[in-house]
Amino acid sequence: MNRKAGSRLEKVLASGRFAVTAEIGPPRGPNADVIVEKAKILKGVADAYNITDNQTAVVRMSSIAASRILLDQGLEPLMQMVCRDRNRIAMQSDLLGASALGLKNILCLSGDHQKASAGGKLKGHPGAKNVFDIDSIQLISVVRGMRDEAVQDSGDSIDAPTPFFIGAAWTPLAPPREFRVHRLAKKVAAGADFIQTQAIYDVAAFAEAMARAVDMGLTEKTAILGGIILPRSAGMLKYMNRSVPGVVVPDAMIQRMEKSKDPAKEGRQIFLELIEGVRAIPGIKGVHLQAIEAEHLLPDLIRDAGLLPRPAVD
Amino acid sequence: MIIAEWKPISEIVEKLKGHKKVLVAGCATCVAECAAGGEREVETLAPLLRMAMEKEGNSIEVVTATLERQCEPEFVEPLAAKLIGVDAVVSLACGIGIQCLAEIFEDTPVYPGVNTTSLAIREEPGVWGVRCEACGACVLGETFGLCPVARCAKSLMNGPCGGTRENGACEVNAEVPCIWLKIFERAQARGKVDELLRFQGTKNWSNSRHGGQKRVVREDLRT
Ligand code: SF4
Ligand code: SF4
Repeated sequence: MNRKAGSRLEKVLASGRFAVTAEIGPPRGPNADVIVEKAKILKGVADAYNITDNQTAVVRMSSIAASRILLDQGLEPLMQMVCRDRNRIAMQSDLLGASALGLKNILCLSGDHQKASAGGKLKGHPGAKNVFDIDSIQLISVVRGMRDEAVQDSGDSIDAPTPFFIGAAWTPLAPPREFRVHRLAKKVAAGADFIQTQAIYDVAAFAEAMARAVDMGLTEKTAILGGIILPRSAGMLKYMNRSVPGVVVPDAMIQRMEKSKDPAKEGRQIFLELIEGVRAIPGIKGVHLQAIEAEHLLPDLIRDAGLLPRPAVD
Repeated sequence: MIIAEWKPISEIVEKLKGHKKVLVAGCATCVAECAAGGEREVETLAPLLRMAMEKEGNSIEVVTATLERQCEPEFVEPLAAKLIGVDAVVSLACGIGIQCLAEIFEDTPVYPGVNTTSLAIREEPGVWGVRCEACGACVLGETFGLCPVARCAKSLMNGPCGGTRENGACEVNAEVPCIWLKIFERAQARGKVDELLRFQGTKNWSNSRHGGQKRVVREDLRT
């Protein structure tokens, strides 16, 4: 079968098997061992691992470098690329470099504004000049042009196409809710092969959004992976509900965490229930799993969810 | 209008060290409207500067003038008479006005008394909000009259990003609406949401500062 990029993630999805992705944040330093250590813990539990691109506008090891380090450990990276820090010249140049280094998955994002600075926990660089030369949907289209037509945004050719499996994000529950599925459609039309969603806690509301995506035929054209973040405390859920746009946490879930004598265990139970709930939604092709600052918990959780071993692909 | 904001007096004082007679020059147009550099602000700043310099042990004489328009040579040139004996100017005009003064009175140092920040509108008394960034390729026709370049924190052409807050505010600045939500609402009110489904390709920024120093030449008006 003709593949667009030949990545493991693409093959798993193409074979109709339920995909699992996880996330690895590059270190705030030059030490490759940090990624090697995380790779040891997470090897074999996911089909691809998102490598974030200076998320929350905090300087970290570049996602291209970290992705390659991960690849050398035998894990498949999913390089994130945001539009905040590079113009179309730098981005296309980095895409050529990333392809030359063997990276095959990319997630196209607009990116957190430089004011984010890790939610104020770090100084960050709020005085930086941002770029936003192009937006995330335009980036999808640029990557697709480089892959399918071997052309740059300007129309100039490149020597050979860059085989990328192209991903994008979807926040189905942010306002204006009725438009969110249309924006998803724009991403799919621009060339998004797969989608990772914002963290889902309200499975029913997400199922409604998915039903619309199914009706519009979007799930035939792109593979949607539901995002699930391990709840670690009632406080965290309240914070996410209040402060993270597009994240809706049902009151009952917050209360359940509040009442629990062992919130860590309760959170793991909720996580498993969320996976099961999301998995049952028509049109869903996989899950994107995160345990923020607790990646070591993922292998057991993914096993308990019945998602191991990950399928072998040729 | 062009919006400017006062610099800290300490920053101006630093520049004025060693000077003896200073002109504080205002402008009665935009910066007067935004209460940064009109006559009132000039007359407020002048005594404050005098006192601050006194405190530094560097007494200065301060004279004032507020021009009709500091960005046009014909309004600036008559200031020559006032400049006799003046060895420095603090201008409270926008960056254009400050440079116009500095170009005409080449030998006199002209210091900015304000920071020019934006092209904005008065939203309510005492509140100004950005409206334009002079991007050189206006898309207001595609965005229902609301500018995504200046008013979306990420200048998205195919918004909104996932950051629109539940109450409709932008994720980057809780004090302002997500402009893409507003664009959607306007499109919806006009029954034209389908226009927002059209993919907007990469923008050509070259008719603004990104194309090199901007200069507009109108042959029909040249003499
Ligand atoms: S699109 Fe460009 S020219 Fe038009 S209002 Fe916005 S910044 Fe100004
Ligand atoms: S929330 Fe709205 S205005 Fe703010 S950056 Fe996102 S799209 Fe732009």
